[in-house]
Amino acid sequence: MLVSYNWLRNYVNLDKVTPEELAEKITRSGIEVEGIEYLAPKSENIVVGYVKSCEKHPDADKLNLCQVDVGEESLQIICGAPNVGAGQKVAVAKPGAKLPNGMKIKKVKLRGVESNGMICSLQELGLDEKYIPADVAEGIFVFPDDAEVGTPVQGLLNLDDAILDLDVLANRPDALSILGVAYEVAAILNQPITLPDENLTVDQSLQAKDYIDVKIDSIENNPYYGAFVIKDVEIKPSPLWMRNYLMASGIRPINNVVDITNFVLLEYGQPLHAFDYDQFGSTEVVIRQAKENETMVTLDDQERQLNGKNLVITNGTDPVALAGVMGGADSEVTDETTNILLEAAYFDSASVRHTVKQTGLRSESSTRFEKGVDPNRVKRAGIRACMLLQKYANGKVASGVVEVDKLDKSEKSVTITIAKVNQRLGMELDEKDVTAVLTRLQFEFSIHGEEIIVQVPTRRQDISIFEDILEEVIRIYGYDHLPYTIPQGWVQAGGLTDIQLLQREIKNYLSSAGLMETLTYSLTNEKDAMRFLTPDINEEPAYSVGLAMPMSEEHSHLRLSLIPEMLRVVQHNVARTQTDLAYFEIGKVFVSREEKVTKQPIENLHVAGALTGLWHNHPWQQEKQPVDFYVAKGIIEGLFAHLELDVTFVQTKMADMHPGRCAEIRLNNKGIGYVGQIHPLTAKGYDVKETYVFEINLESVFSVHQLIPSFTDIPRYPSVTRDIAFILDMDVPAGNVQEVIKEIGAPLVKEVSIFDVYQGEHMEEGKKSVAYRLLYQDPSRTLKDDEVDASYQAIIEKVNKQFGSYVRS
Amino acid sequence: MKEELQAIEEEALAAIEQAEDSQALQEMKVKYLGKKGSLTTVLRGMGKLSKEERPIVGELANNVRASITEALDVKTEKLERDALDKQLEAETIDVTLPGNPVHVGGRHLLTSIMEEIEDLFIGMGYEIKEGPEVETDYYNFEALNLPKNHPARDMQDTFFITNELLLRTQTSPVQARTMEAYQGKRPIKMICPGKVYRRDTDDATHSHQFRQIEGLVVDKNITLSDLKGTLDVFAKKMFGKDRKIRLRPSFFPFTEPSVEMDVSCKVCNGEGCSVCKQTGWIEILGGGMVHPRVLEMSGYDSTVYSGFAFGMGQERIAMLKYGVNDIRHFYTNDVRFLSQYHQA
Repeated sequence: MLVSYNWLRNYVNLDKVTPEELAEKITRSGIEVEGIEYLAPKSENIVVGYVKSCEKHPDADKLNLCQVDVGEESLQIICGAPNVGAGQKVAVAKPGAKLPNGMKIKKVKLRGVESNGMICSLQELGLDEKYIPADVAEGIFVFPDDAEVGTPVQGLLNLDDAILDLDVLANRPDALSILGVAYEVAAILNQPITLPDENLTVDQSLQAKDYIDVKIDSIENNPYYGAFVIKDVEIKPSPLWMRNYLMASGIRPINNVVDITNFVLLEYGQPLHAFDYDQFGSTEVVIRQAKENETMVTLDDQERQLNGKNLVITNGTDPVALAGVMGGADSEVTDETTNILLEAAYFDSASVRHTVKQTGLRSESSTRFEKGVDPNRVKRAGIRACMLLQKYANGKVASGVVEVDKLDKSEKSVTITIAKVNQRLGMELDEKDVTAVLTRLQFEFSIHGEEIIVQVPTRRQDISIFEDILEEVIRIYGYDHLPYTIPQGWVQAGGLTDIQLLQREIKNYLSSAGLMETLTYSLTNEKDAMRFLTPDINEEPAYSVGLAMPMSEEHSHLRLSLIPEMLRVVQHNVARTQTDLAYFEIGKVFVSREEKVTKQPIENLHVAGALTGLWHNHPWQQEKQPVDFYVAKGIIEGLFAHLELDVTFVQTKMADMHPGRCAEIRLNNKGIGYVGQIHPLTAKGYDVKETYVFEINLESVFSVHQLIPSFTDIPRYPSVTRDIAFILDMDVPAGNVQEVIKEIGAPLVKEVSIFDVYQGEHMEEGKKSVAYRLLYQDPSRTLKDDEVDASYQAIIEKVNKQFGSYVRS
Repeated sequence: MKEELQAIEEEALAAIEQAEDSQALQEMKVKYLGKKGSLTTVLRGMGKLSKEERPIVGELANNVRASITEALDVKTEKLERDALDKQLEAETIDVTLPGNPVHVGGRHLLTSIMEEIEDLFIGMGYEIKEGPEVETDYYNFEALNLPKNHPARDMQDTFFITNELLLRTQTSPVQARTMEAYQGKRPIKMICPGKVYRRDTDDATHSHQFRQIEGLVVDKNITLSDLKGTLDVFAKKMFGKDRKIRLRPSFFPFTEPSVEMDVSCKVCNGEGCSVCKQTGWIEILGGGMVHPRVLEMSGYDSTVYSGFAFGMGQERIAMLKYGVNDIRHFYTNDVRFLSQYHQA
């Protein structure tokens, strides 16, 4: 809401407060002033001049030679504007003047003739092109005849005005009017308010009811409709001051009738609509819901398709206006209009909001109806407009308003006590402090012992309960007076849950392992949403959750894997020559088990990683280790060792992954994730090079992880190690043999590690040698050689039998 | 004989002094102290000495042996030390060459900010609550005093999935869920961090996905002054102990009265500069006293209980604290951005 400081001071005394001070006070009391704009910087030497004569320049067809009386002197000025003429009163920038665009006015010679100043257009005086009325947009500005020669133009054109830009939130629609802001400012400054003139003298010979009838078929959406009739109006420009205020408020003046409805809309916050009575098409206003597929052409010349949820004003047959949103083209006020049908109505906010959403039309009117107007100002706004039409359009106002009135105009009352005010604020205000605020807000109240009953004016639709009054009290009294305290009494030990702690632990581990945390979008494209799924997701049919109305295809569905968006991060960095990358992320994936989503999806926390380029690089030492499968796997093994959980890795094939380099990660025999190389074709699709990824469903980890590990005594008896190298068929996974060794060797074999793998020269075709180191230990005694030997032999026998292997000699 | 012994000692000591390597020393040990060495040879003549002379010469001989042995040891040690010194000298490296690179990972800046805020409130006895990111219309809006068709719903453009399901636009539904779970039976002190989503076009200051952190305290006799004091502690911890705060009235459907909190600008110390748009203050967060309808809807008797709530965008806090100028940096994950904040 743009508020003109000069306009506002018609209602409340601002003599002791500058626009900047006022803006600060308004902001601190509740409505944020986002900025102050001055229409035109203070400039001197621009005055009203009278063009005594105007002749063609002797040497230039398009220039005029004018003699202009500027009061104490007469100036010869050359003017190029086509609309300049003798007898006009114009804005003259005298030599020495500086225009808002920085131009300095000097005496010059134009084609040999002296020019001592410049006759200005409104644009040149600093007004915004888009608000300048069409009739004066071209050429210089001509003042009305009553403008006094020699007067500075700043005041006449309101150029010294400061415009305050108020950010009015949904709770304060009352501040969408100059009058509402005046009440607010009056309360802040503790000043009285001067109300606008609503003294209307009607023409008793004309009775409005003889001209119009009003019928409402949809009273819940339109509880009040008042029709005024104004005859014999003279369409012309509105008075300069009104045009100034409209322009300052960001509204382009059109003609007196339209300007007056806009002026009252801004002044009272009550939208009005003026129809051309003679083009209305009947003598009956019927307000009803639109019929299905009914159409009408709105003022912006757009044909609108309507339905039963749109409230329309009709002439009994056809819609003539979309109620509260926009008028129709057919009954628009034009230069030929002589008789006016003026509408002052109350339209239900939900109904207007619906039409606005459906049509995308948003107007000054609809904005106010959507947020709710003051029921006690509807009719008064109509009367105010009639009075202005009488005065500035020479209209004859017919007696009586034709109305249907079912509108609730009663005031709410709210009961408060000082004790409760202090209890909620944590202050010690007395009755006087509180009632002083109510008085400043012009809220009536009565005191009954401890209780104060507050009558809330209908302009403040936002106030209905104790807490609302509480806010009024503290915002006007001042938040700066509140003390600083901390909640007393009840205490609990704050802290993280086990799962939150574990998440932090995993982040610590992965960061220390050299991975950088990313944060990517949960929304991805439809195809990516379903790629790289962990095995647990694939146990049942899984579907992605799509948005009803996405902003773009790239962010239309919720992810089921963190990998696709992470690959985009890899791509972004690789494209910027950051080639060695190691990332991790912890975030939710969203799994729907129903194809057509009707309930909240399962939200699982996942950890994922992506690695590419060099893992280790020490150039002058000629050490270079590219990321490979075992780097990625090692990070995961380290993670689970850190969490003291035993996972296994099983060769697997998975869409989008290298068919020979991908393992399923299993915990307690359940697939919880995967690690592997991205399929080269998939990598190409994401525009990344050889990249290794992993992803693990952490919910499975949370369910088994023990935050506080149980104590294991440090072994007091020596351990014994034994090495075995098996010659295995190439396709036998070394890990399977390892598992079997553990199984057979239990409980004496505590650890089995692989310390050598060999294939190639001196090795039988299709065979490989894998060497295992076994650690034997018993926590309660020293082991004997022969029992270790026996176990060792049993292991060799069993492995050879199961895998067709033999021991390398 | 005495003279002979002294001569041996003199000769031996001089020779040891001259020796240049351990092999020479070994030879000298044999030459003077060995079974056929000169000292032994001399001592073989001991039998010819008188009874009185024998112990005297014996002692002298022992002293000579000890002296030579010590000289040999000293010289051996010296030679070994010289050899080591020489070897170490040869092992000299160029210490200006770069060391072995260590892979440094780290947390995302927003994680660091979130953990910092969490820890601050944990210290004041808050628990940390989380909730679903796909929410129902009820918890995201209705339970927070935002019935369908409420004009304030326009303040947040929402990603709807169905008429009843949506991506949460705020972390407040976690508050509603917590209050409901506690059934109006116990006080609450909690914060809820998490991702939220709004139908915004991504630009320097907007992101369709961002993170909030909200706080809620419900008890008997919670006051607006309690909110002010709590936020003051927060602001001083996050932005520096010299910072001041101020509250301004605002509007949120779930709080009444509602406030916005500004922190004095640290760039200009409240004098006014381009960062704070000449106001001296920077808007940080919103809050207020929990609306009685919100308390009632979640089962708390609003005549007995009162509460305050506040909420902020984590990105905004991070941007202000670290001078990050574009919210998209948090989601682009350029390593050159991520690696700047590993100590944060």
